[in-house]
Amino acid sequence: MTIIKQSPIQSRRSFLGNSARITLSATAIALLAGRESLAQAYATGSTSQDVDILNVALGLEHEAINAYQLGAQSGLLQKAVLDVAVRFQSDHKAHRDALAATIRKLGGMPVAEKKLDDYAMALKADTLKNQTDVLALAARLELGATNAYIGVIPSFKDAALAKVAARLAADETMHWTILNNALGRSLPANALSFGA
Amino acid sequence: MSKRLLSALVAILAAAGASPAASSGDATRGRMLYESRCIACHSIDANRTGPAHARLYGRKAGSAPGYGYSDALRKSTIVWDEKALDLWLADPERLIPGQRMGYSVRDAAERADLIAYLRRMSE
Repeated sequence: MTIIKQSPIQSRRSFLGNSARITLSATAIALLAGRESLAQAYATGSTSQDVDILNVALGLEHEAINAYQLGAQSGLLQKAVLDVAVRFQSDHKAHRDALAATIRKLGGMPVAEKKLDDYAMALKADTLKNQTDVLALAARLELGATNAYIGVIPSFKDAALAKVAARLAADETMHWTILNNALGRSLPANALSFGA
Repeated sequence: MSKRLLSALVAILAAAGASPAASSGDATRGRMLYESRCIACHSIDANRTGPAHARLYGRKAGSAPGYGYSDALRKSTIVWDEKALDLWLADPERLIPGQRMGYSVRDAAERADLIAYLRRMSE
């Protein structure tokens, strides 16, 4: 095995560069294809709480999309970092589309996206002064989303929806890991730190 | 267990002070927990996916200005004190059926720490 030593900064740059080249699926995933029984269950009211949880998740995705939008148009991001931010935003758009489709499939009404200015105010976008600030905000939101998705898994009445939450958590963890690395921060000291 | 029995149990636990660690919570630890567990949906001073938590302690449930609550929260008469917050964080749906928060905190000590932090943010 050949080990190539890099400085932390070089390592982070190459990590970001590689991440930006990951091919993105432009199509939202059909999370619940063939799960018609779920729609029937919703009609009886037995999964209405699941739909409520999915709508909270959709709210998180709306916010994430807009947070990355604020970062992208801030003019504070270097090109390589901007590419990664746009890629992550695309992931959140895929999550949004999949969640909205699932909510509709279950007979629910997807929660609407707010205006960009509303997200800017809630996230205090006016306090972002440099690239590190933007990355730190993104990392904070991604870690929160990871923990939130893991945390709601036990609340779902349907195992298929619990699996959806786990898949979303996996994406958010991937985002957080890359952002954390770009910020030069340490990995979690111990195993099983997410969702604890 | 029947719903009636569960409701009675919740009421008994509330009356008896079901959160042994609630009054001994550590607000500093609570802040760290808040940052990792709650920050996806909540902020202290802004309504996001969830309502703002500033001045939560002592406030009637469902009354953060400008936040679009579920009917269940809006109609609730609960006031957020230590016991109510402990029961809410342990199992929101059991305390207020029809609410929308799917997240819960199963560990009593962690709930106490979070409550201590929320109380500090309300001072």
